[in-house]
Amino acid sequence: MITIKNLHASINGKEILKGLNLEVKAGEVHAIMGPNGAGKSTLASVLAGRSDYEITEGEVDFDGIDLLEMSPEDRAREGLFLAFQYPVEIPGVSNINFLRTAINEIRAYKGEEPMSAKEFMATVREKSALVELDAKLASRSVNEGFSGGEKKRNEIFQMAMLEPKLAILDETDSGLDIDALRIVAKGVNTLKTDKNATVVITHYQRLLDHIVPDFVHVLYDGKIVKTGPKELALELEEKGYDWIKEEIGQ
Amino acid sequence: MLEGLTPTSILLDEKELSLAKNTLATNQLPTTRMEAWKYTRVAKLGKTNYRSSEETIESLDAYRIAADATTFVFVNGHFSEELSSDEMPEGVSISPLSSCMEGEINSSNLVLEDEIFTALNTAFLTDGVLIDIEAKAIIEKPIQIIHLLKGEAALSNFKTIINAGDFSKAGIIQGFFAEDANKAFANVTSEISVGKNAFLTIDKIQYEAENTSHISTEQVSQEKDSTFTINTITLNGGLVRNNLNIEVIGENCETNLNGTYLLKGKQHVDNHTVVDHTVPNCNSNELYKGVIDDQATAVFNGKVFVRRDAQKINAFQSNGNVLMSDNATVNSKPELEIYADDVKCSHGSTTGQLDEEAVFYLRARGLSEKSARKLMVSAFIGGALDKIENKDVLKYTYKLLKERFAWDFESDFNS
Repeated sequence: MITIKNLHASINGKEILKGLNLEVKAGEVHAIMGPNGAGKSTLASVLAGRSDYEITEGEVDFDGIDLLEMSPEDRAREGLFLAFQYPVEIPGVSNINFLRTAINEIRAYKGEEPMSAKEFMATVREKSALVELDAKLASRSVNEGFSGGEKKRNEIFQMAMLEPKLAILDETDSGLDIDALRIVAKGVNTLKTDKNATVVITHYQRLLDHIVPDFVHVLYDGKIVKTGPKELALELEEKGYDWIKEEIGQ
Repeated sequence: MLEGLTPTSILLDEKELSLAKNTLATNQLPTTRMEAWKYTRVAKLGKTNYRSSEETIESLDAYRIAADATTFVFVNGHFSEELSSDEMPEGVSISPLSSCMEGEINSSNLVLEDEIFTALNTAFLTDGVLIDIEAKAIIEKPIQIIHLLKGEAALSNFKTIINAGDFSKAGIIQGFFAEDANKAFANVTSEISVGKNAFLTIDKIQYEAENTSHISTEQVSQEKDSTFTINTITLNGGLVRNNLNIEVIGENCETNLNGTYLLKGKQHVDNHTVVDHTVPNCNSNELYKGVIDDQATAVFNGKVFVRRDAQKINAFQSNGNVLMSDNATVNSKPELEIYADDVKCSHGSTTGQLDEEAVFYLRARGLSEKSARKLMVSAFIGGALDKIENKDVLKYTYKLLKERFAWDFESDFNS
């Protein structure tokens, strides 16, 4: 589904990603772990199309399309979704309103008819129940006055509404208590099919008890330096990252 | 700029006329060295040879803000009888000033000394409208005054007088437009008195042209227990200056001043407001919000006076601006002058850009950049537009926003 080859990206002249390779196939769940500053969030931002980063080398193929050539909105319309690490509060813009605009712009992009108001509201009810997001919250201003947990659940609610092919969850678990974590994980697992894929970026192994990955990658100094099965996450939790550094000879 | 203009034939008070003439004879146009005009240059007005010209327009369709209203139309300040309503609602009398008899036009409360634009307006008054609302009259249908500028270097000195009788309630819509106008200038004054326990709402839409000028001075006085609300919506006009002066002379009054301005090109729009609380136990709320694009400039200078004996005043004032381009300018100056010691007053001013992080967030969900920015802008000015109660005015405002900025806000507000 997505193939990242030799990706180099820098911000303000400082190189963060230094030749990253990753392949994710439909139906898979990948976890990316790594120490602070390794480039995890940079990877998420670059894939979503944040313009602060300069791509100096490499390519990203998303189901046959050159992802790096596209605007952020077209990436979303092609089925890429980023659950933000820090969801933005947007006073005055209603969650529901903007989602309806988003869905209809995505549909127009694909040459489809807009979603009827009735169908939309039914979908909102169904999907907000999935992440146990109060329907009142769903219709308030985007993330305004939401608790940390509500913001993250709102991200998964939006993901459920947009039904992306590839979802990247950028530290969606951080700051969540165990109940909220379970709700978020349940949402993600329910949305999983053999046609979509999930990339989970996290610091903590804890999340991976709930969203079980097919592969765990270690991102270190801008590259993926180790890939293993889900047990690798436990090992990292227990031993930290120093042994990885030794293993790769740094 | 005065050459070739004919002195007014409207039957105004002689003393005021001579005061106005004297001001014109002894004053120059204001310069940016004067505090009140620090951010607004009017020198170009002095370089144009204005003329008074009678013009007609074919149809009012494009300018009719409310369909069901009592409408009076003026073109370059001249009354257009054929486009105006001939039926008058009960409880109100509306007449062009040109048809008023001597003594019918009440004495002015405008400041004429050293105020060159009010003096010009008085000495060369083209025409205007007198609206007398009877005591206890409840006027359901809005009264709509449409003013158009048309032609080359046309000057309209136009005046609106509104007397809202005790316990009356009315809504007045003012629309200022331009049709095939070039370098035209609307110099407008309004004298408004709000009687005891009266409710008066004015919705004022300014939508002239990028090369026209508009200076208006509104002098409002409020008697006790009255509520006065004015919504000023400025969406087009090259040079626009609104002087809104409100004197609260009776206790237990409420005053609401709201403004929305969306500017682009080289527009310069200056809102100067003064609320003068001379007596205790009153509330005033002021909210002005603007979005400034291209090389446009917005000025906001809002002043609230709370006089020494005016205790228990609640006065709130807020001005917010969003700059959409690197070359857009805002000069915002909220001021409070408080001489009483038991009051609640606040003022604030913010100027910033659209939150780019939020724009990215919306785009990452599939919204085009244009939709994302529009959504953010409509959320920003929504606070001020929400204050407009007249649905026709709001609807018409959306129409103009769509026409001038290709922004369809209606869908956001209606859902």
